[in-house]
Amino acid sequence: MKELTLPMLIAVWEEMFGQSLFWALAVLAFLVTLAYVFVLLRDRSLSMRRFLLAQLSMPFGAIASVMFVQRITSSRLRDIGGPIDVLVLLAVGAVGAVGLAILVYTTQSLLRKQR
Amino acid sequence: MTGSRDLHGTLATRRGFLAAAAGGIALAGLGSAAPAAPAPLRTKARIVIVGAGAGGTGIANRLASRLDGASITIVDGRKEHWYQPGFTLIAAGLKPAGYAVSTTASWLPKSVNWIGDYAIKIDPVAQCVGTMGGINVPYDYLIVATGLTLNWAGVEGFELERVGKDGIGAVYAGPDYAEATWRAMDAFTDKGGTALFGRPATEMKCAGAPLKYAFLTDDYLRRKGTRDRSQIIYAAHNKTLFGVPIVNEKVKLLFRERGVDVRWDHELKCIDPGAKTATYEIPASQSIKNGVIVETPAVRQTIDYDFINVIPPMTAPRVVRQSGLSWEDKWVDQGWIEVDPSTLRHLRFPNVFGIGDINGVPKGKTAASVKWHIPVVEDHLVAALQDKEGTAVFNGYTSCPLITRIGRAMLIEFDYQDNLVPSFPGVIAPLEELWISWLMKETALKPTYNAMLRGKA
Ligand SMILES: Cc1cc2nc3c(=O)[nH]c(=O)nc-3n(C[C@H](O)[C@H](O)[C@H](O)COP(=O)(O)OP(=O)(O)OC[C@H]3O[C@@H](n4cnc5c(N)ncnc54)[C@H](O)[C@@H]3O)c2cc1C
Repeated sequence: MKELTLPMLIAVWEEMFGQSLFWALAVLAFLVTLAYVFVLLRDRSLSMRRFLLAQLSMPFGAIASVMFVQRITSSRLRDIGGPIDVLVLLAVGAVGAVGLAILVYTTQSLLRKQR
Repeated sequence: MTGSRDLHGTLATRRGFLAAAAGGIALAGLGSAAPAAPAPLRTKARIVIVGAGAGGTGIANRLASRLDGASITIVDGRKEHWYQPGFTLIAAGLKPAGYAVSTTASWLPKSVNWIGDYAIKIDPVAQCVGTMGGINVPYDYLIVATGLTLNWAGVEGFELERVGKDGIGAVYAGPDYAEATWRAMDAFTDKGGTALFGRPATEMKCAGAPLKYAFLTDDYLRRKGTRDRSQIIYAAHNKTLFGVPIVNEKVKLLFRERGVDVRWDHELKCIDPGAKTATYEIPASQSIKNGVIVETPAVRQTIDYDFINVIPPMTAPRVVRQSGLSWEDKWVDQGWIEVDPSTLRHLRFPNVFGIGDINGVPKGKTAASVKWHIPVVEDHLVAALQDKEGTAVFNGYTSCPLITRIGRAMLIEFDYQDNLVPSFPGVIAPLEELWISWLMKETALKPTYNAMLRGKA
């Protein structure tokens, strides 16, 4: 591999999702993150109750994202072939877990008023 | 508050991972060659590209953004663009035929003049290209990117119309034929029987594809519980399964594990669709037995099949073979063009370059190689326009995500010297059957290919 540049990566992502979907997803991820930071700043602390619910949602996020990736790539758990595959699987799960947790936490915070 | 820090911590690592994973997936098997972006060069040069496939389209986009004022013409009569690496997935029932099809026009930049006709004459002395419709296009620089011709007539008794019926498959023939091949393979694996695979004795594009399809058929037989009733025969054209020795040993091992019956030195000559037989020629050979030289004459061997994937001999298109650009002392029956293996510049006509399958070089008939051909030809051509010498070098990079079953592949990358040149050394082992390599083939290869067509990767 010679060099990997950001414009090149963006070009590939655009092709992968289609230009509009890619940027829509990127904006969406950015907005959720922004909303999350917003409620953190607004509330000045994490609400443990909301955080608990967010944490409880994590396994569902993990399983859903693993199932999603397997579905779109016609693969199954038995295809895991080496350590790197286990890492990829864990990472996919982690992304789903954390993503959903943030979403759940932020949604709760936005829906309910600050106590 | 610790909770907050934790969450922030995970968030940060998530971003880190996403970038890494996507980066990894993005480069799947295609390696990467950074397109330089200096100020456009002013020139009045007339550049003609013959062929608007992977290589022709990619270089057209690169040159359109690198040059200002050049007249760039691309000649290709095919209105459809085919993403050929997708044929294997189509023939495995995982994607529809449309997955590999787009239009030629949609990839070409506006500033490039596309002549929607086939070239029937290339005259490197008079420096012009003639089309079927009688258009003559003179050039200062020529890029040959015609890909190769599938010589179906080289397999007697084979007819494209029969693909999909009576157990006949032809993954290479095109998206619709790949889909028809899936119908035949699906029907075959429901019942089981004898499946025949193999490759031609000529040079060929993606030498891993015949192997992949044997592996995929084996996988379907196992999934459907019909493997016990079946025999898979792989008829190799010489004494190897793959040109790179270390990969060859690995594939031999996997074939042994999967119970694939390998026949050596088998060259497919004809099939009889009625009798469902395939006839191979085993060339004459010499061996030493007990100190005596034994001559074995060429023989023909006929094998019965219930399913066969026919892959015909491959040659340069006729227009190229008649142009005088081919090697005179190498591949004389095939006609690949005489280019320098490092610069891809023609050895006798320095204003002619080759990109893609048409090049007469020992490796590199894959789309992944095209991705590396493009910046090399761009570099030397743009330098020539300034009366300079280019410096970029093609090292023979060839890559093939060798699918070993649905869900697993080996990401094999090598160079002219048969060295393995993994893009992710220490992370993705090239000779291991991995899920991550499959993910790349399934999700990242096509986007990377498309980005290459646009001249962006
Ligand atoms: C089944 C299969 C599986 C493959 N799998 C992989 C893979 O996994 N990974 C990988 O990297 N590669 C793979 N490849 C190989 C890859 O598709 C080719 O190496 C690549 O497309 C070569 O690009 P090219 O530009 O040389 O030729 P092409 O993309 O074939 O384009 C050639 C173009 O030239 C045009 N042309 C031909 N004759 C004329 C003429 N006389 N005048 C004008 N135009 C003409 C054609 O119409 C065509 O558009 C596979 C190929 C097949 C068939």
